[in-house]
Amino acid sequence: MSDGGFASFPSRSPHQKLTDPSTAEFATIKRLQQERNAAAAGKKGSKTFDPANQRTDNSTKASLTETFDTDLYERTGVDKYADYNTSIAVNDDDDDMADGDGDDGRRLVGQYTATKEQMNEFATGGAEEEDILMSREKQAQIASRETDYQKRRHDRGPLTPTRADPFAANRQAGAQDEGLSYREVMAARELEREEERVRRVIAEKQARGEDGVVEHQATLKDASDKENKDAGSTVVATGRKRKQRWDVASEAPSEEGVKVEETKTKRSRWDQTPVPGAEDGPKRRSRWDQAPTLGGATPVGNQGLVTPMHPSQAGTMTFGTDISSRNVPLSDEELDLMLPSEGYKILDPPPGYEPIRAAARKLMATPAPVASASGYGGFMMQEPENARALGKQLPTEIPGVGDLQFFKAEDMAYFGKLVDGADENQMSVEELKERKIMRLLLKVKNGTPPMRKTALRQLTDNARQFGAGPLFNQILPLLMEKTLEDQERHLLVKVIDRVLYKLDDLVRPYVHKILVVIEPLLIDQDYYARVEGREIISNLSKAAGLAHMISTMRPDIDHVDEYVRNTTARAFAVVASALGIPALLPFLRAVCRSKKSWQARHTGVKIVQQIPILMGCAILPHLKGLVDCIGDNLNDEQAKVRTVTSLAIAALAEAANPYGIESFDDILNPLWTGARKQRGKGLAGFLKAVGYIIPLMDEEYANYYTSQIMEILLREFSSPDEEMKKVVLKVVSQCASTDGVTAGYLKENVLTEFFKSFWVRRMALDKRNYRQVVETTVDLGQKVGVGEIVERIVNNLKDESEAYRKMTVETVEKVIASLGAADISERLEERLVDGILYAFQEQSVEDVVLLNGFGTVVNALGTRCKPYLPQIVSTILWRLNNKSATVRQQAADLVSRIAMVMKQCGEDVLMAKLGTVLYEYLGEEYPEVLGSILGALRSIVTVVGINQMQPPIKDLLPRLTPILRNRHEKVQENTIDLVGRIADRGPESVNAREWMRICFELLDMLKAHKKGIRRAANNTFGFIAKAIGPQDVLATLLNNLRVQERQSRVCTAVAIGIVAETCAPFTVLPALMNEYRVPELNVQNGVLKSLSFLFEYIGEMAKDYVYAVTPLLEDALIDRDQVHRQTAASVVKHVALGVVGLGCEDAMLHLLNLLYPNLFETSPHVIDRIVEAIDAIRMAVGTGTVMNYVWAGLFHPARKVRQPYWRLYNDAYVQSADAMVPYYPNLEEDGLARPELAIVI
Amino acid sequence: MADKLRAQQQLEALQSRYVGTGHADTTKFEWTSNIARDSYASYVGHPPLLQYMAIGLGEPKEKVRLMMVEKMVQPVGRPPAVED
Repeated sequence: MSDGGFASFPSRSPHQKLTDPSTAEFATIKRLQQERNAAAAGKKGSKTFDPANQRTDNSTKASLTETFDTDLYERTGVDKYADYNTSIAVNDDDDDMADGDGDDGRRLVGQYTATKEQMNEFATGGAEEEDILMSREKQAQIASRETDYQKRRHDRGPLTPTRADPFAANRQAGAQDEGLSYREVMAARELEREEERVRRVIAEKQARGEDGVVEHQATLKDASDKENKDAGSTVVATGRKRKQRWDVASEAPSEEGVKVEETKTKRSRWDQTPVPGAEDGPKRRSRWDQAPTLGGATPVGNQGLVTPMHPSQAGTMTFGTDISSRNVPLSDEELDLMLPSEGYKILDPPPGYEPIRAAARKLMATPAPVASASGYGGFMMQEPENARALGKQLPTEIPGVGDLQFFKAEDMAYFGKLVDGADENQMSVEELKERKIMRLLLKVKNGTPPMRKTALRQLTDNARQFGAGPLFNQILPLLMEKTLEDQERHLLVKVIDRVLYKLDDLVRPYVHKILVVIEPLLIDQDYYARVEGREIISNLSKAAGLAHMISTMRPDIDHVDEYVRNTTARAFAVVASALGIPALLPFLRAVCRSKKSWQARHTGVKIVQQIPILMGCAILPHLKGLVDCIGDNLNDEQAKVRTVTSLAIAALAEAANPYGIESFDDILNPLWTGARKQRGKGLAGFLKAVGYIIPLMDEEYANYYTSQIMEILLREFSSPDEEMKKVVLKVVSQCASTDGVTAGYLKENVLTEFFKSFWVRRMALDKRNYRQVVETTVDLGQKVGVGEIVERIVNNLKDESEAYRKMTVETVEKVIASLGAADISERLEERLVDGILYAFQEQSVEDVVLLNGFGTVVNALGTRCKPYLPQIVSTILWRLNNKSATVRQQAADLVSRIAMVMKQCGEDVLMAKLGTVLYEYLGEEYPEVLGSILGALRSIVTVVGINQMQPPIKDLLPRLTPILRNRHEKVQENTIDLVGRIADRGPESVNAREWMRICFELLDMLKAHKKGIRRAANNTFGFIAKAIGPQDVLATLLNNLRVQERQSRVCTAVAIGIVAETCAPFTVLPALMNEYRVPELNVQNGVLKSLSFLFEYIGEMAKDYVYAVTPLLEDALIDRDQVHRQTAASVVKHVALGVVGLGCEDAMLHLLNLLYPNLFETSPHVIDRIVEAIDAIRMAVGTGTVMNYVWAGLFHPARKVRQPYWRLYNDAYVQSADAMVPYYPNLEEDGLARPELAIVI
Repeated sequence: MADKLRAQQQLEALQSRYVGTGHADTTKFEWTSNIARDSYASYVGHPPLLQYMAIGLGEPKEKVRLMMVEKMVQPVGRPPAVED
């Protein structure tokens, strides 16, 4: 969100608190209103282009007092965001960061609107629906996904000044001398705080309507009359004096003050009665003066077009407003046409002249005032094609860089220098270096992967030569670019990471610059961005050292902007995790006890809160220190600090669970007294902390404290506040699950109240509440038992609200699944089944919750279900016949869930009936439903057995054969499973011809995407081969080895292996080895692969076949094709591992001799297989023998030889170092005498 | 490049776990030292073997053990002087 106007006050009032349920909507309205205000105000208080928000406001005339060209003369001192909420939470867990309302107590009026979470649910993060009006490239940009809070990172400006490095060992580097010192930075922060304070005072004053006097002032006297105005107001004397001081000291704030007064003055209009005390005065402007304004708050772009213009859409700009084409240098021809040819002379540019290359977006941003000033106003025909814009396409090839993947308009702002065609021979070394870095960065950011790789390496290797300054001065602005996309950000962050390593302590002066850019990553929605941010900050802190990190970040700890404080706190937590908590503790202790500002204390506590979130149980050794650090803040005078302290304690306790209660001893008392004293948001935090500490206590204490806290909880059960509800539910479930709390206590004191307050229909409507209530109820159920819970909620199963019924079913399911149904009485059981049936039948949207619930209840009741089964089955049958596919699917799914229970109840007749009906439905056209039906049939076959199955298998299987051809995964999975079962248990019910047919169909399944399907198909091959003998199946499989598809061949090889395993290898090996004679590489490879699987599966059986396959392996190992040798090596490996200790050493040694020359292969796959095979042979023939091969090359003059030999040595050493001891070579001449080995008794 | 890097990292991990492993730049001195230490560790680690050697040397088992442990310090003499 960016602001339309400059001159409104920070008009935050108590009504605009964060807890306002509709923040997002509110913000939109407010923005619109501000734009309207600005449009109105702009008529008088004139400002031209505001560089910071990139919008013009609406004056049609240039100001006489202001510099016109803001490109050259920056205009500072305007706090554009003055009237923003200075704090908007990023996500729910940051609610505690609310700036104005730590202690807003309990609302007097209940919330009748949706909660903030509901409103924002789709506004942020992944759940956000794509805006179809937003162009694709824009959606990829990070900025377009950011929340308003996250966008505030742009407020901090692109680059903060370089800092001095007081810790530098040798202070000769130039940059270190020119940096700001710690003292200067602190002074600047002090100034900012002062400004903020004064602004607040002014706002307050305005809110109280005390500046009414001012309205009589003449506008022109503003500046000189400031003193009088101050005198007229009722600011406290000291405040005024201070104000005077900063007023003199700096230009900016005074300017702000003037403007502020200016608006005030203008607001009184002759036709308006001044409204005293109207804090939103500026918003109430009547609209009559708005219509003719040329530039409303509408952003850049042609007037009248409301669409904001994006720089990348340069081509569509209308004539006259397209400033980029305006700024394209006129060609000589054009100039000749425009200017008279006589009386003019073309001059040479003066020496030292350099054309200004302004940033692309800056160029774009100025059009409106220029347009209107030069007389283009009103309606403008849109010119579809601007010849010059078309002519000036963006380059994809930059000199010295090569072909890029893309080049954006915005890149021109940063990399424009590369295309200016200047002569590099005349440049200084510094300039050349700058260009070199620029080129490399461009390659990294926009280049193809190989370009990126080399450029990144060059940047890393030369980092120290380039120097920290030139590098970061180019990288960091790129990262702040508003149109940055994920990929680019990732790459740039990677550059920083690599460069950091190399620069080490040279990075110190730039730490703050880097932090400003990287800290926003810590609150990014994207998990990986957060991780990247953490990594950078942790490397940064290792490079710069703790002292420097602290002195750099210290000034930000009590920064006026909440956003800065928040991100700094998170960054500090990362520093703590990188450098260790103990190192940071003294500093944290000091910050948390700061007397000077509560913001510092708040941030300090926030750091302590973030540390356990980041590090988890790793805080345990330092728990005491951390708790002591923030303990006193529980009684802080500032409500916000108290709240965040309680949340920090909650986080610490959560991370420490189940240990560390003794560390919390000191704070228990203040926590409890605090919990009694607090109200509203503060109380929520305290309750949360208590809720996390109670599980750490031992039984007695837990019991005692639970009963203490329960009073407050019971009181808060009826709280209308959503946040409070969530906390209360969480605490109740935590209390309930501690050992010390008894079922009797819960039954007596909690249950009734709990069900009264939380088991209401309204709770089922909000997803989060729903989940929380279910969880808490289940937790209570663990203590009080199933009967108690189900008894209370069973009636809800017949409630009219579907969501409520669902919530009930889910709870029942979870409770019964964990505790069983033994506790349910006969009467209750009746009501339960009745209710579940009702809920199942009445569902309007088929939900898996109900299916699970039904299944769980029926399974838990077991044989007690018998009386209800006829009714259930008739429901299923009726629903199987339903028109809607999902209803049929659900019914079929239910069959597979309850088949077991039906068998237990002896309802064979019913099952036969179901089986027959399902058989009839095999013609189902929806694959999802068909899959479920097959699943149901499978579960019936499983429980009743092949022989009792109705319809008989010999009818069923032929119907399944065509279904095997179905390409849908669910169908495939279920059919193959069913067919496999039949092949396994009752292959005799179908004739061999049918099985062969199925074999052919199965071949296709060998290349299914899902591993489960491939595995099932392979197993089925085994079963079928066993049933009808391997010959036919093997023939089919061997033929399949000739197909082109690799996946298919691999699976065939596996299937052959399985057939060999199930039908003994001698039935398969001859045919397989015969197939090797086919002079075709694919087939031979396939055979080798099959052999590899075969020997893997048959294991020790291999000893009988070793000598049979050795000639084949000999041939394969000396083949020219390296893939061939690779596969042969894997066969050798499996053979060797199979025959360990079985007396086949001669054959293995023979194979080793053939294998060994392959050691010098370089392709990673090949060499891996070869080494594995040699290792396997080492197992088979003994370490000593193989090591004799290895000694020869360990100190070979050629590194290429030594390397693989050492690899073998290392493998042997790791696996069997002890076995090597007797076999080490004789190294007497190297000083290694081992006479002990020669001892003979 | 990436492969090399990974191989390098793997080797480092291996080496940090098993001191006795080597690489193409291992010197003969390092290798023989490792062999000697591993041998002594192996003798000491197999009590029957230690007993056998103790009998052969005519010393008490514990003395032999101690001697072997002590021999593990610079088992093949001083490291060669670093030549620059």
